[in-house]
Amino acid sequence: MRDVVVIGVGLTKFGELWDKSFRRLIAEAGSKAILDANIGGKDIDAMYIGSMSSGRFVGQEHVGALVADASGFSHLHIPATRVEGACASGGLAIREGYLSIASGMNDIVVVGGVEKMNDVGGNFATETLATAADQEWEAFFGVTFPGLYAMIAKRHMHEYGTTKEQLAQVAVKNHANGALNPYAQYQREITLEQVLNATMVARPLGLLDCSPVTDGAASVVLCAAEKAKEFTDKPVKIIASGQGSDTLALHSRRDICTLDATVHAAKMAYKQANLTPSDIDLAEVHDCFTIAEICAIEDLGFVEKGQGGKAVENKITTLDGSLPVNTSGGLKSKGHPVGATGVAQLVEIAQQLRREAEKRQVKDARIGLAHNIGGSGATCTVHILEAM
Amino acid sequence: MAGGVARFWREIPQRYNIIGNKCGSCERVFFPPREACPHCRRKSLGKMEDIKLSGKGEIITYTIIHVGPEAFKEQVPYPVAIIKLEEGPQITAQIVDCNIDEVKIGMKVENTFRRIQEDGYTGAIYYGYKFKPVKE
Ligand SMILES: [Zn+2]
Repeated sequence: MRDVVVIGVGLTKFGELWDKSFRRLIAEAGSKAILDANIGGKDIDAMYIGSMSSGRFVGQEHVGALVADASGFSHLHIPATRVEGACASGGLAIREGYLSIASGMNDIVVVGGVEKMNDVGGNFATETLATAADQEWEAFFGVTFPGLYAMIAKRHMHEYGTTKEQLAQVAVKNHANGALNPYAQYQREITLEQVLNATMVARPLGLLDCSPVTDGAASVVLCAAEKAKEFTDKPVKIIASGQGSDTLALHSRRDICTLDATVHAAKMAYKQANLTPSDIDLAEVHDCFTIAEICAIEDLGFVEKGQGGKAVENKITTLDGSLPVNTSGGLKSKGHPVGATGVAQLVEIAQQLRREAEKRQVKDARIGLAHNIGGSGATCTVHILEAM
Repeated sequence: MAGGVARFWREIPQRYNIIGNKCGSCERVFFPPREACPHCRRKSLGKMEDIKLSGKGEIITYTIIHVGPEAFKEQVPYPVAIIKLEEGPQITAQIVDCNIDEVKIGMKVENTFRRIQEDGYTGAIYYGYKFKPVKE
């Protein structure tokens, strides 16, 4: 296996971007990453694109080739492949790109993630996200996607005494971080009272416990470490890539409060990197709902099972805490264009390790982790990056 | 929900009568029925036997849905729970015949045959299981 590094990153603004089409978004993020990496089209061996549901959101499938075309590479006939794993599509695209370089097949790969969610109405967007759940045995009976995470939250409260206030503090923290991120959908702070008093979506989760519907794209350029010097003097090394799967339906899991796909992917990644959770300096985790961040920091081994709520309450995960989590604002405040999310997480970690995170910069950050979930936890990727 | 009537029709035995299956090798019970037992895999092939489940169980966790999908809009707010059935499998279903504030983790429930949703486009009405509290 060859070492793989990130040599370029690119991000569009996240939000309701009425004037930008699906193809414009991904071409913009890709161009930024390619410029940042200082490569040209002829250097690219392959492209991997994460998109959850372009078919339902913009009525367009076959987006691997479309992205290569929109990026101006049709005449180069670059192999371009779309990867899908619900909200983990971006993380999966990163891993496919990583594996193709590590294997020796490719030297330089452009990875992109994109979702254009606002062209359809809110109801249709919500039902599209619900296709990540088990359609026959969950959705058919009236449970929504927020409803699944609400049931995780309810059980977590029952077993570990986690409170609605602790859930709310995840949102407050992530908005505080997002307020410092010029690419975030919501660049404003919110109060605990606002979260607690927000319109109920699925008890105990209110509107401000949920990540928003977002348009956006992200891209990274990956390169074989041995070739990276030709292009950049600030490579960030991917020291581990883990992936796991689990039952599609939440009800069939061993434990409702544990995402075993995360546990598995994390174990795989820590083993490859020869690290323990305490070696991680900062993490971007999949906070599609506030409870998801609490489960993530437990399942990634940062705190013991059941202690996630307490950890948030004790401010361990704030920007100046001992383990900053979601410095970008997370899915909650930065926004969650589902296919782009896993790639955008890697952009944030790479920028932090390159000391380019400006007001969000974590001092002395050397090792960062990105955690991307699909559905209610049936797919997970974990990547660990190290500054060089 | 996308798909034609056949998509619903083929699941009728499971949704109307809670028919699961049982591994002939380890006796574990599954719902919905599985092609093979995930624990015994190869050994279970050809030994998976359909069984009707009791439809009795206990609430493991629940939520009250306040913002529902189009086909359930008329029903909000409604409780949905994960129920552990006596035979072992856990399933997701609506809880009915009680005040939504009475729904609790640990509550004993049993299945009842109800209208689940109506397809606004075709007008098809879909039926299946919901669960109600067991009267002591
Ligand atoms: Zn078996």
